[in-house]
Amino acid sequence: MSTDYALLFRALLPEALLTATALLVIGLDLAWGPGRSRGSRLQMAVGAGLLGLVAAALVVWQDGSQGTVWAGNLRLDLLAVAVRLGVLGLAALSLLGLTGARASDQPAEYVGLALLATVGFLQMAVAQNLLLAFLALELASLSLYVLAGYDRGRPESAEAALKYFLQGGVSAALLLFGFSLLYGITGRIDLTGISVALAAHSDASLGAVAVGMVLAAFGFKAAVAPFHPWAPDVYQGAPPMSAALIASASKLAGLAFFWRILWSGLGSLSATSSLTGGAGGGWVPVLAAMCAVSLLLGNLVALAQVSVRRLLAYSAIGHAGALGLGLLAAGEVGPGPMFYYAATYGLASVGAFACLALLERAGDGDRIEDLAGLRRRSPLIAACLAVFVLSLAGIPPLAGFFGKFVVFAAALRIDGLGHPAGWVALLAIAMSALALYYYLILLKQAWIADDARARGRVDVPPAAALGLVLAAALLLVLGAFPALLLGRF
Amino acid sequence: MSLLPWIPVATLAGAVLALAAGARSAAAARAVAMVTALFGLLAAGVAAARFTPSSELVTLVDVPWIAQLGIRYHLAVDGISLSLVVLTAIAATAGVLFSWTVAERVGEFFALYLTLVAGVYGVFLSADVFLLFVFYEIAIVPKYFLVAGWGSTRREYGAMKLVLYSFAGSALVLAGLVWTYGAGGAEGFSFGALTEAAARMSYGENVAAFGLVFFGFATLAGLFPLHTWAPTGHVAAPTAASMLLAGVVMKLGAYGCLRIALPFYPVGFAAWQMVIGWLAVAGIVYAGLVALVQRDFKFVIGYSSVSHMGFVMLGLATGEVEALGGATLQMFSHGVIAGLLFAVVGRMVYEREHTRDLVELEALPMHRRLPGAAAVFVLAGLASMGLPGFSGFPAELKILTGAWAFHPLWAVGAAGGVLVAGAFTLRVIQRAFFGRFSAVPATAAETPDQAVVPTRLTLPERLGALLLLAATILIGLKPDLLLDWIMPALQSPAFHFAASRAVP
Repeated sequence: MSTDYALLFRALLPEALLTATALLVIGLDLAWGPGRSRGSRLQMAVGAGLLGLVAAALVVWQDGSQGTVWAGNLRLDLLAVAVRLGVLGLAALSLLGLTGARASDQPAEYVGLALLATVGFLQMAVAQNLLLAFLALELASLSLYVLAGYDRGRPESAEAALKYFLQGGVSAALLLFGFSLLYGITGRIDLTGISVALAAHSDASLGAVAVGMVLAAFGFKAAVAPFHPWAPDVYQGAPPMSAALIASASKLAGLAFFWRILWSGLGSLSATSSLTGGAGGGWVPVLAAMCAVSLLLGNLVALAQVSVRRLLAYSAIGHAGALGLGLLAAGEVGPGPMFYYAATYGLASVGAFACLALLERAGDGDRIEDLAGLRRRSPLIAACLAVFVLSLAGIPPLAGFFGKFVVFAAALRIDGLGHPAGWVALLAIAMSALALYYYLILLKQAWIADDARARGRVDVPPAAALGLVLAAALLLVLGAFPALLLGRF
Repeated sequence: MSLLPWIPVATLAGAVLALAAGARSAAAARAVAMVTALFGLLAAGVAAARFTPSSELVTLVDVPWIAQLGIRYHLAVDGISLSLVVLTAIAATAGVLFSWTVAERVGEFFALYLTLVAGVYGVFLSADVFLLFVFYEIAIVPKYFLVAGWGSTRREYGAMKLVLYSFAGSALVLAGLVWTYGAGGAEGFSFGALTEAAARMSYGENVAAFGLVFFGFATLAGLFPLHTWAPTGHVAAPTAASMLLAGVVMKLGAYGCLRIALPFYPVGFAAWQMVIGWLAVAGIVYAGLVALVQRDFKFVIGYSSVSHMGFVMLGLATGEVEALGGATLQMFSHGVIAGLLFAVVGRMVYEREHTRDLVELEALPMHRRLPGAAAVFVLAGLASMGLPGFSGFPAELKILTGAWAFHPLWAVGAAGGVLVAGAFTLRVIQRAFFGRFSAVPATAAETPDQAVVPTRLTLPERLGALLLLAATILIGLKPDLLLDWIMPALQSPAFHFAASRAVP
């Protein structure tokens, strides 16, 4: 098995670029940072970080899909290219949003860690080998734990980091256990080999355990019930742009990651009878049930929230149910609908958190009433927030609507209501009607209620404004012309 | 009819322009809204003048939109949709005229208003189910902000109730349509493709899918008992929004039933037909009786809308060509009349007297204080009662004849509803405009200052009232103007389920 190192290097060039940028950002800050203000250090770090992200994106774009590389350990297919570009874009928007957030005392390290997390996301999108996949996941997760606890002045941030870390650690352990079982059953660590070996394997009761572990890890990563409890605390406690990364790029990469493992690796266990001894089953019904619970729990609990960020967290749990549905349907119709949903959902989430970051910097609280009068205090934030929230609610012509639509259509296309995904899709449609209520409550405060306290205007730095407008414009354009993305798959 | 396909886009563009103009001056925003509405009226008028009735949808524009799912940007028109486009143009223009006095956030108001109008135009012109649904949803969210931002009585409650009902209804529709698309294996979302897909579904699936789609649309049409959003929403809404809501938006629901639910699922329709008919009759009578005991002037009109929309649903329930034509004519007729009634209550009376309480109005010599409003309301009331000479008469007559042929008891019930409509209309005319003003009201201190004579009707108000009155009288005297468009359209193969049952 000879390895073509030139090809391998080329395939990993985006990761290499980002790692170098991360080091460069920290080095620059060490060399030029001392004595300068936090603001200018942050600008330098964000500027360098953005350059790195753009360079990486250009490389990904130019190389396109190259098939499998490095003896099948990396898979650079269309989905990989799309997810890598999506992750890079969402990370770039998060960095832009960072310029509007309350400055932390070590901005360069923050940006460096965000870039390292992005390296992890990039790897998650291409890994075809259990060890590599786990490594990528851990690189991303460890960076995110630190990012969640970065706001050292606030105990909530530390709490968020600890909760995220403990639950993430357990889920990583479960995943590793599942992986080791898979290796034990099949003797392989590459997904193709595992898939072939599992299909030939007659008794897969151990496989059921392994699948359960993988599903638990997926549940954690995407915040699907019952593995969601970290989400509200992290969304509320973590610095807003950390939460934005966790809600957007991390989920997009996670979906691609589990798409590969579940469908490429464990596809033969999806609905086969070997798991339950001939009585049907497989992991598809289990995942469908998780999605259904997630949709119900997320949307119902969101109705009762008073904190905007907790509301977003529960709505995210609801959305995770729909994302999981996209993952289910992806086995039949390919990953296109799932990717479209995850990418546009990520855009709206990053945008919403960037708005909240701006408000937090202006000294606002996190309650829904604190949005009152936003229309006067900053028409730009109010308008962009309306786009993000309405996209999350799934109102055409914003991209969120088409995301939901393509996923539901794909799920019902499998076999109408003969397949559990069909029922989950109908449930998801019903829940979207419910969800409009809490989304409108947010917009009512921002657009109709008047600010009783007569707070001043919210200051929006140009870079943060650029990020908001970019995200909103993308949601509009992708909504008006969904074929731009869907047509690629 | 070269201008017709541009109406939705132009109206949306008008919305954006109105927002931009509103930042400069209120007058500029008003002007933009007026020009946009007039463009719609002009485009609809030109199209109407050149229209040749046929049984086919005439394609206006047809380009691929989301090729992967076979979704096309396909606009087309036939006699049914053209009638409703003309109605929308009239109602939208009148709505702008009656919104002339909106003073707060004028740019935003007209931007939301025009977005709503654009969505409505889009629904009536769509020949692709998915596109129709997108326009349908575009029309939902602006309603919330219009009502919650510029409305009156319990506006936030009314707005949320209105929007949640609409959105829940549209979720039912979406569920039914996507299910049909998936389970029936449709090629795309054209009317034909989904009709075929629905035919491939099993009997039970077809019945269930029809239920989802029909009752989803019927929620917006105000079918009893899904109507409860309508009175509260109409009352809470600002004048122009009530005019549009009752006049046009409720028709979106009825149009969806007529254009999608019935032709796509004839099997399911047959299974639900009796239920729908009885619900429609119940709605006509129940809403009429409720209107009879209201104390708030606007609630009377709100419930009368539900009662009149019951006639539309009854016409649909018969599934019979003449009655379907009557239902379409009733959509047009009610759109114009409801707009007129809400204009009198919300704009002419409430903005001047600051009360809609019939007890307080009764204490005022309203016919002398506001003779113009009284005259318009009496005419509108006569039209609303379905008197000959107004558009409601031929419409309700056709529906009642159809109902008699299909199920005489429905016709008897609905005819009772006509009597009730006469009663509550006369009652409200008497109490609002010709009250016992000689008697001193018990709560004299709280009534509006009688010494202040309200201003006469302004020019925009007169023009708006004239436009709407002209429409209802013109169609009342010569219903064939519209029926000559509508009846041929009902001969289309899509409505074969109805033709087979037609009475000679």
